[in-house]
Amino acid sequence: MTLPVLAPWSGGGITQRARRLAELVTTPLLPADYLDLFSPLRTGADLRGRILQVHSETRDAVTLLIRPGRGWRGHRPGQYVRIGVEVDGVRNWRSYSLTSLTSQAWQTPATPHTPATPRTSPAVRTSARDGNISITVTAIPGGKVSQHLVHHATPGTMIMLDQAAGDFTLPPDPPAKILFLTAGSGITPVMGMLRNAIDSLDDVAVLHSAPNSADVIFGAELRALAARGAIQLIERHTDAGGRVTMDDLAALVPDWAQRQTWACGPAGLLDAAEKHWGATGVADQLHTERFRPTVLATGEGGTVTFVRSGVTLESDGATPLLDAGEEAGVLMPSGCRMGICFGCVVPLRQGAVRDLRNGEITTAASPDPVLIQTCVSAAAGTCDLDL
Amino acid sequence: MTTTLAESATSATPAASPAADPTMNPDTKAAKTPARNGSRLAVTRPAMRVPQQKPSGKPDPTAHLSPQQIEELGRELDAIREEVLASRGAGDAAYIRKVIKTQRILEMGSRAVLLASLFPPAWLVGTAGLSVAKILENMEIGHNIMHGQWDWMRDPKIHSTSWEWDHASPAELWKHSHNELHHTYTNVIGRDNDLGYGIMRVDEDQRWVPAYLGQPFYNLINACLFEYGIAAYDLEIGKYLKHRKNGKDGKNGKDRATFRRDGTKVLHKIRQQVTKDYVVHPLLSGPSFLPTVGANAVANLVRNLWTHSVIMCGHFPEGVETFAKSSIEGETRGEWYLRQMIGSANISGSKAMHLMTGNLSHQIEHHLYPDLPSNRYAEIAPRVRDLMERYELRYVTGPLHQQVASAWMQVITLSLPNGVWENARTDPAGVARQGATAAARYGARAASRLLRRVVSRTS
Repeated sequence: MTLPVLAPWSGGGITQRARRLAELVTTPLLPADYLDLFSPLRTGADLRGRILQVHSETRDAVTLLIRPGRGWRGHRPGQYVRIGVEVDGVRNWRSYSLTSLTSQAWQTPATPHTPATPRTSPAVRTSARDGNISITVTAIPGGKVSQHLVHHATPGTMIMLDQAAGDFTLPPDPPAKILFLTAGSGITPVMGMLRNAIDSLDDVAVLHSAPNSADVIFGAELRALAARGAIQLIERHTDAGGRVTMDDLAALVPDWAQRQTWACGPAGLLDAAEKHWGATGVADQLHTERFRPTVLATGEGGTVTFVRSGVTLESDGATPLLDAGEEAGVLMPSGCRMGICFGCVVPLRQGAVRDLRNGEITTAASPDPVLIQTCVSAAAGTCDLDL
Repeated sequence: MTTTLAESATSATPAASPAADPTMNPDTKAAKTPARNGSRLAVTRPAMRVPQQKPSGKPDPTAHLSPQQIEELGRELDAIREEVLASRGAGDAAYIRKVIKTQRILEMGSRAVLLASLFPPAWLVGTAGLSVAKILENMEIGHNIMHGQWDWMRDPKIHSTSWEWDHASPAELWKHSHNELHHTYTNVIGRDNDLGYGIMRVDEDQRWVPAYLGQPFYNLINACLFEYGIAAYDLEIGKYLKHRKNGKDGKNGKDRATFRRDGTKVLHKIRQQVTKDYVVHPLLSGPSFLPTVGANAVANLVRNLWTHSVIMCGHFPEGVETFAKSSIEGETRGEWYLRQMIGSANISGSKAMHLMTGNLSHQIEHHLYPDLPSNRYAEIAPRVRDLMERYELRYVTGPLHQQVASAWMQVITLSLPNGVWENARTDPAGVARQGATAAARYGARAASRLLRRVVSRTS
């Protein structure tokens, strides 16, 4: 046979050779497929986490304490992590802010952290020492994943993890005067920052909105911080007092323009803040984090882009994407043309498609493509296909 | 898994030309979409039905159904599908994960026991365990995952685009010949090569040629070497040879470059499989080298015989219908369902039997819904059966031994031209005479062909 041989005894370092030998033993599977059965959190495995504790914060928010796999590289306060959670057997990826201490902060003796109140789970406090992480999830009405996590998450469940990401963080040398402008679950990344850096921050104002006192996530912990003078806390309960407007800002935080501001919350709040900071000429002092994914408009048909082929076309809601692509000269994989052979599946990078057999809508949002069968799927909105 | 989701194995093929495909003939289908449209979903309006004239003279078992009844049957089957889809969830995901985990532990455990296979009880236990592990891997796990039955979980490790199985045939080639050709053109003579694998005659409506006389023997050999048989089949060797003989660059043949590329993949896969079973694991066994080689050979043989038997039961037993190419022109969804139902046969038995057959014991349900999770076939089977009985269609089923015997009887009796086997009982002398005459005539013709060739070469 004149096949390219990757014999375990030829070339490469000793670990590489050992790996190739192990692959000869396990083919057609990989050694990892067997190791995952016993040690899913080991070094070198796909990054996973095990939920250790589920701690209720408010009636619709929970903190999950998670044991990350050995490959977890840590995070900076304020960052988020993408997690892959199975809901009704289907894996969904979502991003949530990390609220735990970072391992780096724990190692710095200058910033010890003592529990302020018994309201917060002690496990969350000590998480950095044992390498665990925590995320705080608020149930969004109709949110498939958040509702599942808040109401049905159980300790012991395995989830998929990505490395921490995001630029909504404090600089290494934090500014003297800070304003955190938050609403609802927008407090979660800020709590991550406060827990880690509070002792190195001098003047912190937190202007936080929530429907009422009981709905303030980390309410007791924030109030305790305020009571010991670590932060200046302004709670706005919107059920009674209405939403914070930019006109209120000057009265609530008179020196807001002298502060570096980190804002996180609903799009309406962030849009208003960006406009206000811009109009005042201090746009560079505002750092924002937008939470909610773009809501996809679904309808009949739409603009379809075959990303790698560079073809864009308009497709109606009754034409299979396979036919539309072929018509435009895109080299489409195809098979039975009736939805049974799965020979035509391609990744839908983002957008919405409708199954022509039963009308079911499938959506995908960057960066999590969903594989779809082009022969039975028609555009139900703008679609980007990885072809 | 050797491939990841990103480097998915689906190969791009140019658009099928509507003109070259009889099922896409614009004249025969009453589609609401334009004729250029290649989608088989496009055929929605039933045409007038004409009972099929079968070459063997057998009656058309669907002659009593009106086009409206067939579409109603299709709607009922669609409703069953929707019900399963609506209730598909965490329990199903847990099921396939449990089967995969169990299979992997069983395989690892069996291979560990075989390290001491010099000791006969260890050989027996290890070989039995490995046989079961290989059967589970091929049937309930590999076959069904590669069908896309578990794609909905969006787990890149349990996905039709990334799965590779413990088998001589690479997943990519198998998916093409099985999912695309066999499941779309089930039992259509000339389109579905699973019907006798291109080497046998398993239905009276297939034309007899003398080469079929040897088919009981071919079938036995194929059963023993089944995984290699499938690899050769998926490689479409016959198609390639035909193409070479005709010497044309056609859509129906297989060109040399494609054949060579696919051939390399098959050889590579076989080499990996053989190295694992007959070199690496025996070497790891040290002094038990030879017993371990034997254990792997026996496990592969057991797997081959078992899978061959189960698969024979799917379409070969008596009572399963075949179809002429022309009968599927402009086929509606209802008609497609109808063809799948009467073109397949089930095996009755225990839960363990269903698991070990990869639920192909529910072949009828599998052919109706090849992409529904296999663990759900059992619950819909009574409803499918009831539906077929209501529409006066025959639900072919029976215990394994009966169905295997039936399939083998088909292979044996159909190795002879239609009617010969039956006549042999009543009039053996007459049949022998006829046979001798036919053989003499065939021999004379072959001799004259040879003579003519010799003459033309010498002159």
